[in-house]
Amino acid sequence: MPKIIKDAAVIDDSWQMPELETTSDLPEGQVLVSLEYWNANQEDISEVADRVGLVLEPTETPDQIEGDLKAIPVIAVNFPIFADGRGFSIGRLLRERYGYEGELRAVGSPIRDQLTYLSRVGFNAFQLAEHYNPEEALASLNDFSDSYQVAVDQPVPLFRRRS
Amino acid sequence: MYIYDKIDQQIIEDRVTQFRGQTERYLNGEIREEEFLPLRLQNGLYIQRLAPMLRICIPYGMLSSKQLRALAEVTRKYDKGYAHFTTRQNIQLNWPALENVPDILADLADVEMHAVQTSGNCIRNFTTDQFAGVAKDESIDPRPYCEIMRQWATFHPEFAFLPRKFKIAVCGSETDRAAVRFHDIGLNLIQNEQGETGFQVLVGGGLGRTPVIGSVIREFIPEKDILTYLDAILRVYNLNGDRNNKYKARIKILVRALGPEEFAKRVEAEWQHIKDGPATLTEEEIERAKGFFTEPNYQSFDADQAEQALSDQASQGKAFGRWLERNITEHRVPGYRAVTLSLKPIGVPPGDVTSSQLDSIADLADEFSFGEARSTHEQNIVLADVETARLYELWQKLKPLGFATPTLGTLLDMICCPGGDFCSLANAKSIPIAEAIQRKFDDLDYVYDLGELDLNISGCMNACGHHHIGDIGILGVDKKGEEFYQVQLGGCQSNNAQLAKVLGPAFNRDEVPDVIEKILSTFVEKRVDGESFNETYHRLGHDHFKEVVYAKDN
Repeated sequence: MPKIIKDAAVIDDSWQMPELETTSDLPEGQVLVSLEYWNANQEDISEVADRVGLVLEPTETPDQIEGDLKAIPVIAVNFPIFADGRGFSIGRLLRERYGYEGELRAVGSPIRDQLTYLSRVGFNAFQLAEHYNPEEALASLNDFSDSYQVAVDQPVPLFRRRS
Repeated sequence: MYIYDKIDQQIIEDRVTQFRGQTERYLNGEIREEEFLPLRLQNGLYIQRLAPMLRICIPYGMLSSKQLRALAEVTRKYDKGYAHFTTRQNIQLNWPALENVPDILADLADVEMHAVQTSGNCIRNFTTDQFAGVAKDESIDPRPYCEIMRQWATFHPEFAFLPRKFKIAVCGSETDRAAVRFHDIGLNLIQNEQGETGFQVLVGGGLGRTPVIGSVIREFIPEKDILTYLDAILRVYNLNGDRNNKYKARIKILVRALGPEEFAKRVEAEWQHIKDGPATLTEEEIERAKGFFTEPNYQSFDADQAEQALSDQASQGKAFGRWLERNITEHRVPGYRAVTLSLKPIGVPPGDVTSSQLDSIADLADEFSFGEARSTHEQNIVLADVETARLYELWQKLKPLGFATPTLGTLLDMICCPGGDFCSLANAKSIPIAEAIQRKFDDLDYVYDLGELDLNISGCMNACGHHHIGDIGILGVDKKGEEFYQVQLGGCQSNNAQLAKVLGPAFNRDEVPDVIEKILSTFVEKRVDGESFNETYHRLGHDHFKEVVYAKDN
């Protein structure tokens, strides 16, 4: 089973990301579906809500998600290339503006050296580009002992915390 | 100057450790080339034509003598004993070895310096007026705000992978010495009618391939709201900027595509969600930042006596008089002047300094200017707080060091990028052009007679030499593998911001000095009533100059 990083540990990942036509039936097991599929199949999905998650592309923002976003067990944000930074804003919006508290996963090809920033903007799960060893990558979650700005991991900016 | 506390110091040391690990993994083949690229760029490291280049940050141009000595030491220890001041008030090393860069960064961290976000697609160094805090026409000192925003931008987790680089400039004076209209964001510090401090916000200016003058998107944002408002602008850009074509990825293209009104509307809508949030500045924080930029221990002098002595000295020696006239700036405190050390002597690439010159600047800063110096975007150095009565003494020390070239603001005070001699992006060399022009126009009386005149040279359309905003701009272009130079006229970087217009077909290198001479002769011949170059240019019109330059010799 593929490994991912979740909540600062390496775990087996059981979520599938099949390519689905909007008219296809939902496969068995835990699946992550596209926004298009999600919005087109709300009724079917609601019956098996705990095993269907959503993948957002960098052009897809939370306001486009139909239904109760907070109830989605996993929202993955795709980084088609690691240097496409739109996902950082999308993650932060999901957490801060839409109050999403479920698993927020960075997928596609994020790299180990983005883990600090990704976790700062609200991601708690990471499927890194294939050539990274997730066990070794864990070390990069803690590159910084503190930070200046407000973000999901630290809602109080440093200037309000300096003594 | 801002001084790090324990947390600032820890954060910058964490960064050094992080980059040391990244460099090791890269050298071991554990990070791919394309993945290491943004990591090294965000630590200032380019791979250049001949060797790597390391761009060290000088936040809004402020340097202590201790930092200058550390820079001198770094250039000696890790480089070839010289460095280059850039048009973003930063300083570059041209020959560091990749594997030494973590050690260089560690040495810099010891003196509260770094190379964070000096390149890459992220928020770059904040630039401002080199006379901040001492300028007579300043209403509000921009430096405390620059520091607050520097901290906000440093390792901002949401905006480290923007569509393209992002540059912000801040100005607090009547005359714009920070070129705010030519930045991704330009901020004018102002007071509104109620006497509250805030910013006028311009967006979407810039040079490069598509030069644009920025548009005002908000007339006044209160100081406490500046960070949330910046977050809103950056978020709209991060989500909507072009990511397919790097030549269309700057914010100026987005602003132009949407129109400034629509862009402003989107920023406003985004800002409504985050305004008054925890990133709203507190009065305590603004006061804390201001506390680092208080007045030095100015003495009070008999100003009249000092002025009299100065004019006596000036009348006795022409050379000193010239230097006073060109390289000295008025100070808001009586008995003091700001002095610009020229880094443009003939035969030296503009902005270059040796390690011993860096040490000398440190000594001079200690002796004459409360231990501080500033770098300017015109690639010179400023000692901001020199006693009027000691100007003569300072001048005598500057001369043998090569810092007293009395040509500030003139034709010979050129802005020039490193060009094809160093830079892998360049289409053509720029330093030899600067030198050829300096050698051609070596008659200082002629140069002074021309008055204030900006001549800016870039070796490619990325425009590091700001060629679009010089009275005369020179752009290196490549035609079938050969270097040519396009000449542009009529640019202006300050309050009447204007972009230069291309004169016509490009010239080869040998022709450039003669072309400049034709342009200048036309100006000298046709100007009326003390007109500046820019005024004469606009009165006569572009075509007039074009005809003169391209006329067939009879």
